[in-house]
Amino acid sequence: MSQPLVQINDLKKYFPIKSSFFGKPTGYIKAVDGISLQIEKGEAFGLVGESGSGKSTLGQTILRMHEKTSGQILFDGKDIHTISKKELVHLRTRMQYIFQDPYSSLNPKIRIGDAIGEPLLEHGLATKSDVDDKVGNILTMCGMAPRFMDRYPHEFSGGQRQRIVIARAMALNPDFIVADEPVSSLDVSIQAQIINLFSDLREQRELSYLFISHDLSIVEHLCSRIAIMYLGIIVELATRDELFSNPVHPYTKALLSAVPIPDPTLDRHRIELKGDIPSPEKPPSGCRFHTRCPFAKDICREQVPELRQANEDHQVACHLF
Amino acid sequence: MEEPIIRVNHLQTYFYVDSRISRAVDDVSFSIPKGKIVCIVGESGCGKSVTALSLLRLISDPGKILGGEVLFQEQDVLKMNTKDLHNLRGNQISMIFQEPMTSLNPVFTIGRQIVETIVEHTLLDEKQAWKKAVGLIERVDLPRAEQIMTSYPHELSGGMLQRVMIAIALSCDPSLLIADEPTTALDVTIQAQVLDLLKGIRDESDMSILFITHDLGVVAEIADYVIVMYAGKKIEEAPIIDLFQNPRHPYTKGLLKSRPIIGQHQDRLYSIRGQVPDLSELGQNCYFCDRCEECLDICKEKYPPYLSDGSQHNTACWLYEKGELNESASGTN
Repeated sequence: MSQPLVQINDLKKYFPIKSSFFGKPTGYIKAVDGISLQIEKGEAFGLVGESGSGKSTLGQTILRMHEKTSGQILFDGKDIHTISKKELVHLRTRMQYIFQDPYSSLNPKIRIGDAIGEPLLEHGLATKSDVDDKVGNILTMCGMAPRFMDRYPHEFSGGQRQRIVIARAMALNPDFIVADEPVSSLDVSIQAQIINLFSDLREQRELSYLFISHDLSIVEHLCSRIAIMYLGIIVELATRDELFSNPVHPYTKALLSAVPIPDPTLDRHRIELKGDIPSPEKPPSGCRFHTRCPFAKDICREQVPELRQANEDHQVACHLF
Repeated sequence: MEEPIIRVNHLQTYFYVDSRISRAVDDVSFSIPKGKIVCIVGESGCGKSVTALSLLRLISDPGKILGGEVLFQEQDVLKMNTKDLHNLRGNQISMIFQEPMTSLNPVFTIGRQIVETIVEHTLLDEKQAWKKAVGLIERVDLPRAEQIMTSYPHELSGGMLQRVMIAIALSCDPSLLIADEPTTALDVTIQAQVLDLLKGIRDESDMSILFITHDLGVVAEIADYVIVMYAGKKIEEAPIIDLFQNPRHPYTKGLLKSRPIIGQHQDRLYSIRGQVPDLSELGQNCYFCDRCEECLDICKEKYPPYLSDGSQHNTACWLYEKGELNESASGTN
C-alpha cells in the first residue's frame, strides 16, 4: 500500500478551562481525545457526529489551525509539527479549509476576484498580469461566470457564495480539503448542486477530502469511508457500504434511524436516544456512550472499549460486539 | 375536510425596499383543520416565514400586509384591535422559532421567563404560575424540572432550550401552534426527539400546528397536509401521502429528487438548475419557468392560475391545465 496522504496517530487536543485569566486551568475540554486515522490520496473521508463531538476541532487541528496537545499528524509523510516554518507555509498551500457559513467566510469589502487572486499572488503562483485569467478559470471550474470577479460578496446568494469559497480553496491547487459542514446552511436544491461540484472536483483533481457533516445522507453520497465520532473519539469506522448495510455501534444505529426519510408511508423502527451529548469536560467513565445507550451493560460503565476490527473494512469500539 | 381552526384567504404581504416591491407572500390561501399538522415547505426566500408571521400580524416596516383575510374563530385577525390582538397572540396562537438560543433572554432564568408569560396571560399569581411552569417543563420531557427553572439559557443545550420554548408556547393551551423551522438548528438525534414531542402534544391536546420547514424528510415525519411555496406563491398543496407518491408541480418533483436518501447511494445527485428568482424582479411568467424541465411556451408568458379540481390535491402549473395532461402526467409517476 502506498503512503497515505494524511496519517493521524493518537491525536489529542484539549482546551484548558480557566477560572481567571492568569489562573491555572481548572479542567480541560477534551475535544479530541486520541484519534488515529488515515486518508488516502483521492479519497473522500466522511466524519459524522452530533454537535459537540469534536469533529470541527479535529479538522482544524489536522491543518494546524490549533496546536495539538499530543499525538502526531503526518501530511505526505512529514510531521506538520516538526517541519520548519518555511516548509509549513509551503505545505499550507496544499491543504485548505472550507467553513460552514459562506456568509461569514468572505470579507464583505473585498471583491471576489481579489479574494481568490490574493493567495495566488502571495504564493507566487500568478503574476499581476495573468492573475485575472487564472481567477477566471477557477471560477469557471466551480460553475461561476468569470465576469463576477468585480463583484462584492453581498451580491451573491448563499449557494453562489459557497461556490466562491470553494473556488478560493481550489485556487492553490491543493491536495487535501477539510470541508466543515459546507452544505448545511444551503437550500435543498442548491445542496445537490454543491455536492455534485465536490464530487466533480475530486475526480478531476484527485483531491482528498475530510468531509465533516452531521447529515449521514450527504456523507453517504460523497464519501467512500466514514468515521462516526462521539465525544472526542471514533466509535465506528467503516467503508460506506459496510457502514450503511451493517452498522454495529448503537450510536451509529441511532444516528441512522434519526435521519428523516422523505417517505410518509415508511414505518420505521427508531432507536431514540435520551438526552443530549454529555460535556467533554468530564466524559462518562467506561464507554463514553453508555449514558445514552439503550443497550448498556455493567461492563460498559467500567471499561473503555477499544476500537477493534470487526472485519477487513470495519472497525468498532463497543463491548456488545 | 374537517372544520378548520384558521382560514387564510388571498393573503398578500409585500416589502417595500429602495422603491422596489418584494412580493414575499402573494395571494396565498389555505386552512388548517383542527388537530392537524400542516407543513409549509419551500426554500429560503419563498415566503414561508413571512406567511407565518402575517398570521399573527408580526410584520413590521418595510413590510406591509396589503390584503386578504386571516379568519380565526370567525374573526379577521388582520382587522382586530390591539387589545383583541394581544389576547390572541400567545394565548390562542403561539409561535416558536428556529433559533432557541436567541429567542430567550440570556439574563433571566428560564423559570422567570416562563412565569412571566403565564402571569401575563392568565389570572394565576406568581406562585401558582411557578407550579404550572414546573408542570410544563415536565410535559416537554425535560428531567430535573426545578433545577431547569433556576438555570440561565446558556446553561442548557439547544435541544433543551427548544423544549423550553415549546413549554412557553404551551403555557396558555393555545389552539394553534406556529413552529417556524423549530428543528433546523438541532442535531438529527435531537430533531427526532422534538418532532416526537410535538406529535405527542398534538395527540394529547388536539392542538393544530402550522409547521414551517425546508426539509422534506421532516415533512414526511410530521405532516398531515403539505403546502409547497415558491417565490411567494402557493404552488401545490396535498395530503401528505398524495404529495410524496404523486407530486405534480415540477418544482415539488425536483425537491423530492434532489434530496439524497439514506441507504440509496447514487453516483450523481439530481439538482434543480439555477436558483430562486429575486422577489422584486418577477414578471408575468411562471416564476419557476427558467428552472423547469417541462417548461411550455405559455409558461414564459403567463403565470398559471391556482386550480382547485375539488380534490385536496391542487397545483398551479400549466401542465395540469387540461384533464388529459393531468392523467398522463400522473400515470408516468
